[in-house]
Amino acid sequence: MSRIVVQEDRCKGCLLCTTVCPVDIIVQSDRFNASGYKVAEVPEADADKCTGCASCATICPDVAIKVYKTPKKKKGE
Amino acid sequence: MSEMNEKLVFDRPKSVIDRATHYCPGCHHGVAHRLVGELLDEMDLAEKVILTTSIGCSVFLYNYLNVDAVEAPHGRAPAVATGIKRARPEHFVFTYQGDGDLASIGMAEIIHAANRGEKISVIFVNNTVYGMTGGQMAPTTLIGQTTTTTPAGRCMTHEGAPIRMTEIIASLGGVAYAARGSLDNVKNIRKAKKYIKKAFEFQLSGTGFGFVELLSACPTNWKMTPLAANERIQKEMIPYFPLGVFKDVSEEGGIC
Amino acid sequence: MTKQAERIFVKGNEAIARGALAAKCKCFFGYPITPQNDIPEFMSSAIIKAGGDFVQAESEIAAANMLLGAGAAGVRAMTSSSSPGVSLKQEAISYMAGSEIPAVVVNMNRGGPGLGDIGPAQGDYYQSTRGGGHGDYRHFTLGPATVQEAYDLTIRAFDIAFRHRTPVLILGDAILGQMKEPIVPWEPENIDDEPGRDWCLDGKTPDREKRLLKSLFLQEGELAGQNKHLQAKYDAWEELTECEQFETEDAELVICAYGSIARIAKSAVRKFRSQGKKVGLFRPITLYPFPSKELKALAEQGKRFLTIEQNLGQMLDDVRLAIRTVADSDFYAIYPGNLPTPDELEEPILNSLEGK
Ligand SMILES: Cc1ncc(C[n+]2csc(CCOP(=O)(O)OP(=O)(O)O)c2C)c(N)n1
Ligand code: SF4
Ligand code: SF4
Ligand code: SF4
Repeated sequence: MSRIVVQEDRCKGCLLCTTVCPVDIIVQSDRFNASGYKVAEVPEADADKCTGCASCATICPDVAIKVYKTPKKKKGE
Repeated sequence: MSEMNEKLVFDRPKSVIDRATHYCPGCHHGVAHRLVGELLDEMDLAEKVILTTSIGCSVFLYNYLNVDAVEAPHGRAPAVATGIKRARPEHFVFTYQGDGDLASIGMAEIIHAANRGEKISVIFVNNTVYGMTGGQMAPTTLIGQTTTTTPAGRCMTHEGAPIRMTEIIASLGGVAYAARGSLDNVKNIRKAKKYIKKAFEFQLSGTGFGFVELLSACPTNWKMTPLAANERIQKEMIPYFPLGVFKDVSEEGGIC
Repeated sequence: MTKQAERIFVKGNEAIARGALAAKCKCFFGYPITPQNDIPEFMSSAIIKAGGDFVQAESEIAAANMLLGAGAAGVRAMTSSSSPGVSLKQEAISYMAGSEIPAVVVNMNRGGPGLGDIGPAQGDYYQSTRGGGHGDYRHFTLGPATVQEAYDLTIRAFDIAFRHRTPVLILGDAILGQMKEPIVPWEPENIDDEPGRDWCLDGKTPDREKRLLKSLFLQEGELAGQNKHLQAKYDAWEELTECEQFETEDAELVICAYGSIARIAKSAVRKFRSQGKKVGLFRPITLYPFPSKELKALAEQGKRFLTIEQNLGQMLDDVRLAIRTVADSDFYAIYPGNLPTPDELEEPILNSLEGK
């Protein structure tokens, strides 16, 4: 399973990341950060859909997204 | 949950300082900074870099990149970078300039640095407005685009046509590489990074001047949401400012 | 210490170029303008032979900004020009003063305002000594009067620039630039030992913080702090003034003049002395900082003063400021174009001597 971590204090809520996710799992949360921006998040329910493609991080202007990828287990492992 | 063998595949490049930027939400300066930072890391350049910042929203780039830097007067970054490179030819010298800075007040400096074939690299952020001063018309403002100094829209007969810098730069003798990329989608961002890398390589090999224009959004002064601003790049900018490599001397047999 | 060399016979312009090379100037950025063209022309080959680099810039604006870049990199560099071109350099000079970047700028003053003419003039004194660009700053200004002094002061200019992290201006004129005189070239020693090279941009290594040279200070109180810092630096320069005093000791009238005009005034002083008339010459060598203390000391001895300049009265302000509590100065203006002969100065000098 892959996943992203949004560094919420850096997110400016621009939502550019939400437009590039191939599995469409990033949404705007209801949370405001200290700067008053509504931060982006991947809802718990969709977390396992992340492919680790890093598209969201690539377009994020604020380097607010870290991407972790877990290599797919080969059969028989 | 997070497995033991998971790998961090995307993180802040070391050369980009871990701090919040002053940029507006959805401003592409941040993407451009990160691409430069990634390349400084990947090409192991950070210790060799002397950065020349220009005047515009990106003047504070020196607060975001962990490298030695000097602040040039408005438009003069290519001349300042020329002085640095002539004084320290072994160092890696690049400028980062907006479109008001580079294509208006600094037109003479960019043209002549390029034409002399200075062994420097130029990152040119084209967002079709003067960002820092509040959204006035820039030399790159599109026909019909409203700005604070073209309230009825830029008019060809009154303000002239938007300047295509990369095409002009590509026509000059000393230029090794000139390309125009865009920061509006993942594919374009990855391609833009390749362009910047190529421009950097031409400096490292001592071949000549490298120039990369990056089409970028300024949601604030375009008075658009970040998403709408991002879309404007595809819809309005790319048709007038076509993407691609306009000069690459490695494909032409070099500069003599 | 100096290394003695053969005497050579050169123009003032060439002496400045040679002085720069002796001071290990590594980069020269020029743009053509009369009457200083000999400097870039000489440098275009000589500095490259010496292992440095030369750029004929696209404008004086660009040349001065190249200078800013080389200075930021901690490398000795120079640009030269004449009045209209020096106006264009003021932008970069202001930035260099604000960012404390060392550099040497030469102005072979010609007639103005506007395009003026290409003859000698001193109309740029204000611009040279008040911080000619925007903002509140000063820089060292040196006013050579002979070809040898042009050579010597160029070497000094580099030393001052790097010691005090400031642009330094050498203010000559069309006469000094074109005049040929014998000089004895010499080379300074230990020029790489100047203190405080720990500010220059030479690549951030892991063992040090990144360095930044800038003049933008937006945080609350930051710019005021920078201005105070600069002011303290300029105040400390008051100890570094230099002047020549010729026959001032028993003089009743002291002529105040600088550069080429001071030379002519000196000839006039000699003539008056041969007639037993008590006239002397006070010649500032550092135009900024101005040698006010030295001048005031003369005023306190009850002497009269006559300032002679090839302008409408600019250094006159500095003379009056220096002596204002004890004396005043007469003024004689020479208009730009040709230089007067010593004889032409006789009448105004006599008038002042007799208190007319
Ligand atoms: C000599 C001078 N003129 C004008 C300005 C004011 N000024 C500051 S930034 C700027 C324009 C910046 O626009 P651009 O280069 O397009 O960069 P952006 O802010 O859009 O990134 C101007 C005109 C200045 N600082 N100096
Ligand atoms: S890494 Fe790819 S799949 Fe995962 S959230 Fe980001 S864009 Fe979506
Ligand atoms: S792109 Fe970055 S800043 Fe914008 S909403 Fe997504 S995480 Fe936040
Ligand atoms: S004004 Fe425009 S260019 Fe400047 S930070 Fe905001 S969005 Fe970016």
